[in-house]
Amino acid sequence: MGNYNDKVVRQFAVMTVVWGVVGMLVGVLIAAQLYWPALNFNVPWLSFGRLRPLHTNAVIFAFGGSALFATSLYTVQRTCHVRLLSDRLASFVFWGWQLIIVAAAISLPLGYTQGKEYAELEWPIDIAIAIVWVAYAVLFFGTIVKRTVKHIYVANWFYGAYIITITLLHVVNNLAIPAGGMKSYSVYSGSVDAMVQWWYGHNAVGFFLTTAFLGMMYYFVPKQAGRPIYSYRLSIVHFWALIAVYMWAGPHHLMYTALPDWAQSLGMVFSLILLAPSWGGAINGILTLSGVWYKLRTDPILKFLIVSLSFYMMSTFEGPMMSIKTVNSLSHYTDWTIGHVHSGALGWVAMISIGSIYAMLPRLLNLPQMYSVKLIDTHFWMHTIGVVVYIVAMWIAGVMQGLMWRATDPDNGTLVYSFVEALNATKPYYLFRLGGGLIVLGGMFVMAWNVFKTYQLAASAVTAQPVLPPDVADARA
Amino acid sequence: MMTSGWTWYVVVLVALNIAGCLWLLMANVKRRPGDPSPEDTSHVWDGDITEYNKPLPKWWINLFYITIVFGIGYLAWYGVGRMHGFGHWSSKSEWALDKAAEDARLEETLKLYAGKPIDALAKDPGAVALGRTIFVNNCAACHGSTGLGAKGFPNLADEVWYWGGSPESVLETIRNGRNAVMPAWGTVLTAQGGPLAVDDVVAYVQSLSKPGQSEDEAAERGEKQFSTLCIACHGPEGKGNPILGARDLTTARWLYGGSKEALHQTIADGRNGVMPAWEPVLGETRVRLVGAYVWTLSKHDAPAPREAAP
Repeated sequence: MGNYNDKVVRQFAVMTVVWGVVGMLVGVLIAAQLYWPALNFNVPWLSFGRLRPLHTNAVIFAFGGSALFATSLYTVQRTCHVRLLSDRLASFVFWGWQLIIVAAAISLPLGYTQGKEYAELEWPIDIAIAIVWVAYAVLFFGTIVKRTVKHIYVANWFYGAYIITITLLHVVNNLAIPAGGMKSYSVYSGSVDAMVQWWYGHNAVGFFLTTAFLGMMYYFVPKQAGRPIYSYRLSIVHFWALIAVYMWAGPHHLMYTALPDWAQSLGMVFSLILLAPSWGGAINGILTLSGVWYKLRTDPILKFLIVSLSFYMMSTFEGPMMSIKTVNSLSHYTDWTIGHVHSGALGWVAMISIGSIYAMLPRLLNLPQMYSVKLIDTHFWMHTIGVVVYIVAMWIAGVMQGLMWRATDPDNGTLVYSFVEALNATKPYYLFRLGGGLIVLGGMFVMAWNVFKTYQLAASAVTAQPVLPPDVADARA
Repeated sequence: MMTSGWTWYVVVLVALNIAGCLWLLMANVKRRPGDPSPEDTSHVWDGDITEYNKPLPKWWINLFYITIVFGIGYLAWYGVGRMHGFGHWSSKSEWALDKAAEDARLEETLKLYAGKPIDALAKDPGAVALGRTIFVNNCAACHGSTGLGAKGFPNLADEVWYWGGSPESVLETIRNGRNAVMPAWGTVLTAQGGPLAVDDVVAYVQSLSKPGQSEDEAAERGEKQFSTLCIACHGPEGKGNPILGARDLTTARWLYGGSKEALHQTIADGRNGVMPAWEPVLGETRVRLVGAYVWTLSKHDAPAPREAAP
């Protein structure tokens, strides 16, 4: 039956840590720039407007993306009981994706951008992404076709939905007419352009940052807890409901804009209906721990996984609330949105990824555990405290901004504050946010050290792991 | 306006999607005969990964139903596509209603201050407080939130008034705006007085605000140029002319900077200062209120500056 292809998994796992450090470092720099604007040193390449998309692309597509490539290619082999479809294709996906990240890291600071949030990269890079992504799809689904078990494990449903949907979203939103080597014009215009952009933007959150990481959760939580998934039926219901409903939620990014009222209403309604399907995944993960809650006392990896699910529940509750028109009229354009994004990205996405990498890496290197379990625990507390400081600061700042911007004098109906006054009031919270970010970044350095030492422990030539034959009852004829 | 065909397209898609969710939920709430029992872990993956088949939590099912019922009700009330909801709501009408209510309140407030001169309003703390909120939301972008100005944007808290400091002049400046034009003299000066002519004028202009300091040769040459070109607006003594907004060059206060380089640029390339007309934006009474606030900024301890007709 041969061995698993773990080389590509190891490569992506290491790059997850590298890009995590880089992406969060840029995040810390721009957080500092908001407090000390002089930190752009009057260098255009270091200006906030160019580094901000670099930060978001680095943490979402480089850090998050590498974590998803690593875990999906690990999971699909283990749960299909078969080696990847093609080693050369796997190698192409790894090097192609790294090249794209480097192209992003160069072109964004140089000022090349389509001006679409989370889709800033210009058309030549977009084409490269499409090619690598299709190669990834062939690799993933080809491996599923080759599987030696009858049933496709639930984690693969989620990874599969994510791969298909991202192809669709990426291609449709980036349709553009090139006007030079690094310049293009979107084929859409006006509020249609805005709608397509946020259909993409919200589903990037929905499928890249939610569905895919639920796939990660469905493998690593039962594995680490040593318990069966709570409910197969719940998996079915929340999977189909999640992918069907998420598609509609985009217009909640365009409340009280030129988008037609009814489209805004649909965005809000489907965001609310999304609450239960979103929570379904968290319930399935958390209840998997029934009977082994005591393991949280001793296993920091499980702490990462379970706390990530708590942050997931919190931000998928917060999201629908913020999409209610009345709430949105307060929260929109404030730092509350930034806080919400980070409770999702640092709380949910980063913690589930970090936990999974800690769980996966020793197994990839034939080691019983990481170099230091204590350092995993240290990282857990640093990360958790950092994230809480960050999001609490942004909640306070955001609600305060919203209230100050709209405050009118009850006696005479005039505005009470100027924009600058609201900005002044926000400043201290920017310092707290920077502090929270620094603590999270510090945790990432702890992780990098731990990963480095773990690699040193591993024998120089790691022996390949043989493919595990499936259970007789589940084997495909 | 979208056609009814597209409206139906959207309605059908929405209905199918919601109906699909309901079907999914109902079909899986109850265990059907033949389904694995809740504690049955039918399949094994990767050696030890298994699944229970426990029932969906009741509260979760209810949460799902509640959001769906709310969603249908919301769409019925607020409308989809061309179809108006039962509530006949639109964001435009919501805005119009809010605006009308605010306007009525504002009108009530402004009635008290209509037509009063700004120096009289400046003695009324209520009027000044109102003027301040108008200032910070409209004027602060250029003049700063405390009226201290910036390069190219006059400081309103000092005693210098380019267009006259009488209550009428200040009010006129805010109501109808001002255009301050300093022409570019570089070409003319160089043609008339040689390559160093601009520097000479800079030297002379700088000497104007330093009385008693011995004038050097450059300043002397500059004075000749000044007396042929600049006096038309700035006057023979460089004291300026508020009718034209030509500034007094004998004070050491500089709108575009007093360094050699800055003055060189001002004289050679000219400057354009634009104060927009605010009456069309704010209405007359609010212009008076903001004028009253500005009036208090400069305190008026100093003797009244030279007057100019509005």
